[in-house]
Parts: sequence; structure tokens; C-alpha cells
Amino acid sequence: MTDTPADPVAQRIADLVEGHDVVLFMKGTPLFPQCGFSSRAVAILSHLDVPFHAVDVLQDAEIRQGIKAFSDWPTIPQLYVKGEFLGGSDIMMEMFEAGELHALMAEQGIAAKG
Amino acid sequence: MPMPAPQIEALIRAALPDAEVTITDLAGDGDHYAAHVVSAAFAGKSRIAQHKLVYAAIGPAMGGELHALQVTTAIPN
Repeated sequence: MTDTPADPVAQRIADLVEGHDVVLFMKGTPLFPQCGFSSRAVAILSHLDVPFHAVDVLQDAEIRQGIKAFSDWPTIPQLYVKGEFLGGSDIMMEMFEAGELHALMAEQGIAAKG
Repeated sequence: MPMPAPQIEALIRAALPDAEVTITDLAGDGDHYAAHVVSAAFAGKSRIAQHKLVYAAIGPAMGGELHALQVTTAIPN
């Protein structure tokens, strides 16, 4: 996943996920999510009070397609923490409910509210 | 185009024959579903790997023809 990508879109994605501790690829913006799943992902991160960089895939067709190949994951939203793909909104919700998301942020040195 | 719930269930069972699949039509529009999948095939796998098995079972319809599928996975007791 973090191998040196040959194509420019994969390189752009790699730069994004490595350039920020927490990156959420989503449909719409945190303030105006355009999809229920993206909205749920934003709500979870907001609840944890974790700062994150949001990428609106609806504004960038290359990224919208490229991100699916990058992670080998067919849906959006997608959450990356410290460059690692963590999952979509279902996994975020499962981890959040189990307290694992908070623990993971703590392990990674990212301040989160419990 | 919407996908009927029995078709989703059949696709998952074809790939994971032991799976116990519960499909819920979230919006009543044949386009937004939740699938709870219980299978021994998930044992020892990360959540990402478990969900990937379900997505792979559904195939190219996922994220296309099938717009919204909320997935939860579990290992049988």
C-alpha cells in the first residue's frame, strides 16, 4: 500500500495520507457531507475531537477512482491514520463502539476525547 | 439500479457457504442495506480483511449498482 506508486494519482494520494496524521476521503465536506456514510465518519471523528484532513472526492474524479485502487477498497469514506488505511465507516463505527478507535489514536499520539 | 436483498444474500453465500447472513433494507427503497455476516472464514482476520471478503463476494456491483451497504461481521461462537 505504501510502495512507491508509479502513477501520478497514486502518488497524490500517498502524499495526502502521509502529509496528515488523520485523513478522511469523503463525499462532500465535513460541514456538508453528501452521503450518510461520510456523515457518520465525520460524526465519529468529531465526537473524538480528532483533527483530520478531509478530501472531498466529489471535487476530484481522479482521486475518487484512484483511492479505491490505492486501498483495494470499493467504497467511500475511507479513513487513514498515519498513512495506514483503517477502514470505511462501518469499521470506524465498530472500532468506536468498542473503544478501539480512541485507543488507536492514543497509541499513535493523536489527542482524542474519550 | 437497485439490487434485491435475496440477491445480495445469495452472492455472499456463494463465496462464504457457511455464512449466516442477515440483510436489512434500511430505507425501504431497495438501495440502502445493512448486512450482518457471521462466518468462520473471518476467524483470525482483521476487520479490513473480513469486510474485504464480503465486498469481494458482492463483486463489482459494490459501490456501483449497489450504492449503500452497511457491513458488520462476526465470527460464530
